[in-house]
Amino acid sequence: MPSSTSQTPNTEVDELVAVSTPQRPIWQRLIGFNLVTAVVLAIVGWLIGYWIGGRIHAPSLDFFADNGQNDISILLGYLLGVIGFMIGMGFANYPIRRMLGHPPTLAEHESEGEGLARYFRLCTDHKVVGLQYVVGIGFFFFIGGLNAMFIRTELLNPNNHAFGPNQYLTLVGLHGTMMMGMMTSVILGPFANWLVPLMIGCRRMAFPRIEAFTFWLLMAAGIVLLTTLFFGGFQTGWTGYQPLGGQGTAGYDAYIGFFALVGLSMCLLGLNLLVTIITMRAPGMTWSRLPIFVWSVLATATLMLLASPMLLAALLMGAFDRAVQTGFYVPGIGGSAYLWQNLFWVFGHPEVYIVALPGFGIVLELLPVFTRKPLWGYRLAVAGMLGVTLLSFFVWQHHLFVSGINADLRPFYMLSTELISLPTGFIFLCAMGTIWRGRIRFTVPMLFCLAWVFNFLIGGISGVFLSDVPSDVTTHGSFFSMAHFHYTIMGGLVFTLFAAIYYWGPKMTGFKFNERLAKIHFWSLFIAFNSTFGPLFALGLMGMPRRVVTYPTNLQALNDWVSVSAYVIGLSMLVFLVNLVWSQLFVREPAEANPWNSKSAEWQLPTPVPVHDFDRIPVFDGDPYPYGVPQVTAPVVAPAGGTA
Amino acid sequence: MNEVNHFRRVALIWLVSSVILTPIVVLAAQGIPPGDGTVQAAGQTTDNGVLLGLSTPVALAVVVFFIYSLIVFRERDAAAVLDGPPVRGHAGVQLWWIVTTTTIVLFLAGYGTVRMLTDGAGGGQGPNPIAKPTSSAAALPVQVIAQQWKFTFRFPTYGGVETNHLEIPANRLIAFHVTSLDVIHSFWAYQLGVKADANPGVDNIAYVQTKNPLTFNIHCAELCGVWHGYMFDTGAVVSGPQFASWIAQQRARFAPATKLLPPYAKQYFPDPQHRGG
Amino acid sequence: MSATGKRLVGVAICAVVVCVLIGLYIGLYLTTSPGDASAAGVTGSNGTNLYLATVAASELSDPHPSWVSYYAVDAKDQNWHHATTFELPANSLVHVTIYQFDGQSGLRNPFIAQATGIIGGTFGLNGKPTVAIGPDTASHIFAIPQMGVSVPLYGVPDDAKNPCDNAPCPLSTDHETITFTFRTPGKGLYRWQCFVPCAAGSIQGFGGPMQTVGYMDGFIKVV
Repeated sequence: MPSSTSQTPNTEVDELVAVSTPQRPIWQRLIGFNLVTAVVLAIVGWLIGYWIGGRIHAPSLDFFADNGQNDISILLGYLLGVIGFMIGMGFANYPIRRMLGHPPTLAEHESEGEGLARYFRLCTDHKVVGLQYVVGIGFFFFIGGLNAMFIRTELLNPNNHAFGPNQYLTLVGLHGTMMMGMMTSVILGPFANWLVPLMIGCRRMAFPRIEAFTFWLLMAAGIVLLTTLFFGGFQTGWTGYQPLGGQGTAGYDAYIGFFALVGLSMCLLGLNLLVTIITMRAPGMTWSRLPIFVWSVLATATLMLLASPMLLAALLMGAFDRAVQTGFYVPGIGGSAYLWQNLFWVFGHPEVYIVALPGFGIVLELLPVFTRKPLWGYRLAVAGMLGVTLLSFFVWQHHLFVSGINADLRPFYMLSTELISLPTGFIFLCAMGTIWRGRIRFTVPMLFCLAWVFNFLIGGISGVFLSDVPSDVTTHGSFFSMAHFHYTIMGGLVFTLFAAIYYWGPKMTGFKFNERLAKIHFWSLFIAFNSTFGPLFALGLMGMPRRVVTYPTNLQALNDWVSVSAYVIGLSMLVFLVNLVWSQLFVREPAEANPWNSKSAEWQLPTPVPVHDFDRIPVFDGDPYPYGVPQVTAPVVAPAGGTA
Repeated sequence: MNEVNHFRRVALIWLVSSVILTPIVVLAAQGIPPGDGTVQAAGQTTDNGVLLGLSTPVALAVVVFFIYSLIVFRERDAAAVLDGPPVRGHAGVQLWWIVTTTTIVLFLAGYGTVRMLTDGAGGGQGPNPIAKPTSSAAALPVQVIAQQWKFTFRFPTYGGVETNHLEIPANRLIAFHVTSLDVIHSFWAYQLGVKADANPGVDNIAYVQTKNPLTFNIHCAELCGVWHGYMFDTGAVVSGPQFASWIAQQRARFAPATKLLPPYAKQYFPDPQHRGG
Repeated sequence: MSATGKRLVGVAICAVVVCVLIGLYIGLYLTTSPGDASAAGVTGSNGTNLYLATVAASELSDPHPSWVSYYAVDAKDQNWHHATTFELPANSLVHVTIYQFDGQSGLRNPFIAQATGIIGGTFGLNGKPTVAIGPDTASHIFAIPQMGVSVPLYGVPDDAKNPCDNAPCPLSTDHETITFTFRTPGKGLYRWQCFVPCAAGSIQGFGGPMQTVGYMDGFIKVV
């Protein structure tokens, strides 16, 4: 991680900080607005909220409170706890200062604190936020992955249960919820925040405080979700279907709290990125010169901004149903069982494209570098991404084909869902055109991108099966659909995530990764991944529904194969962790400024990138992928500061 | 090697592999579940075959192209960092791709729609189905009541008797009226090729035309709580006379329960204000 | 200590903390319901006897003292245990006696008010052979769906003079006695459940104890 001593002081801020302060005792350094204060205030907030909830009395509410399930207390506790957390982090400081009449200012957060301390407080340097995101989401990613290992352990035997049925369902729900909540931001949070300003030539995001806010909100959300265990877990899976969610233990309140916070975080993250890309591009960075990764971020940010509010609305009604016995989702008292399904999937379908689109951007961004050719079909690729964005709002009822929706709707949604494979296909065509007659180098990031092609191909084609109503009748709700979305989400997003980590990681941290361990990680992950999820297609077609603890004994051999393969995935992730700790914390071999010989803007900066990013705002001229024209080494014209 | 040569090679490899693999895949698809125990199940199997037959060449195109490119166009000199040709696109190729993929997709959507409208494909169509087999008026109505955590079955044309297990007559059109008493379940009769969500307060109709006698597995396909995984049963398609004697036996056996049941309705709303205990 | 040494210690501490947290995570989790205590049926001369009780609220020391629950007699010590996993021999007759201490609720589906899957089709309700009870008088159901067994348990009327509030419930308090016999199939793991939503409302009533193994749900191990 960049330490403050290696930066060349270039602005007043850096000069102020460069005056070294004597080391204060650690207890004194802990006072202030940072993670410690935030946790303390979070606990205080929880206790206050819980206490207030206990003071609210009414006959039916008391009945549930007596059953050990005071949902109002829990929900209020979460609300005030998160507010306490954010106040402790220091997010209330600026609004209060402004209300007291102080002038607007920003610089005080970007570089204060010594190296590591910046990462545990409110820091408005977009590069710090990017790295915070990587570690923060990574932590929850591994917890979600651990849950997956538990799930596969349970499914080893249909009659010997490793966990009780309640615990198993909570594990299933935690795995899905943790992943879908956290991994939707895993490219935009870490990489878009870190890269977009550098790629479009500005020094910071449009709303740096909001940028930091989205990160800490996501962390608070993750902790909220983990507390579900103390309240009995939740038995609805990540889709949280009502009216099932309305009954059952109070762990569902943690689910509500988590997704509400995640939804808010996503909404603001999308807003920030959208405004930054639209308004803060450097001179010469026209729309047709925008790197394709930035286009994918733009498309994803649009989806994040527009889809999250639907989720918040659905969750709010769910919270009311649980806490104060309203009947939004209960048919017997005037509600509808369809309401949740529809609201959730209006969010849920754009959500899965939020997960898929950044992967498209990363693959198309990296292929030119490792084939030494410009991106083929740039406009087609952009059209593809925007087409996916637009169409993703019109397909959600394919999750409800056999639910008894109005039968006239099904042909329309079948058509729209099949159509969405068209813009997705453009991405494949552009990838194919880029590698054709290129000079392909098989670096680790390239390997992950190629794996994406294979995985997403399978995932996409299985999606065509699922979008076809007659085929969907058997495969809906079965392991076939599980295999489909794991191929697209895990085979798509997670593989491109690792491509991004190995590609941009050395630039972000300043240290190289061990290449041999990285290759072991790649091959073991790729093979184990296909070995795990390929057979699931067969299991689904053979009649195994989702989220079950038991199955016919003739399916046991296949399930055991899948479980063992899943353990190998876990081991490959351990290889990655070992590589991460070993190369970043111990070996610490400094990375070159441009190890991949990329001609993209962010690689023209020194490693590590200074706090202020550019000495002077660059002026862009020409194609973002000037490969094949040897005299052009970068798309920028004016010096961008530092030496390549 | 000039470009035309490479492209012809790729096209040739693709053609040969498609011609060989596609028939194999489609033939193998005929054995893919859910089989052909009912008209709807057979329709699904055919539909899957068509989908597989179309997706095999498409997948092969991408795979062959990539494997060829990765082998032929790899950088052989590890130290060199030379650029490839600055080709940014080709309008003709893009147009051809768009037209081809659009045609395939529109065909699939059309075919799926036709397939769906022919016999309903066994899926739940809600209270107003449009894919009604012509003889739907003579369908045997069987109500599937899903509750936490078992299915019960009610026969309105046989005195509204409710049973624990499902037997239906062979060579008959059945109209399943699937509903739920509590949360969302899903009635999945695997060998029948039927899946219809059981939503509380909703009458979800799914048609199936049975053929020969067979046994089928019923699973709940929508997470409905703690015992979702154990919400399964076995049903049977039996001959007409066997069905008649079975239903008569069930009516006799469950006469006490039938007296306690509410009258047959398309949906039920158990009293939500039931006293606690 | 050198920089490398410091980092090594740091990483080691983090790893230990993570393992401890994972261990806590698993441990806390697995202990949120009463343990896997199982009760074996008492084998007699003419089959196995299984004695069960249903109570309005489990004992005060229980993790969920306000939840309804089943209790069973363990063959090993002839004592009542808060257990919901029952071990029974395969292919044999099992004579079940249930002491029902809880009040009346109502059935969601009145169909379940008739007993099925038991020998003779009738069960003894306080000695009287009965086929079905009124749907609104049911307190609980003892059902093993995979074996087709389902027996309604009549509830203690609201005007009872001496109801039992919390386990342990002595036989001197008001209760109903239900007896029936069924035959176990081959070896395997089966599950049983109750079908009466006993909390507020048709939907909510299936939450809490109704969905928690150890209270109103459990397993039958046929050995």
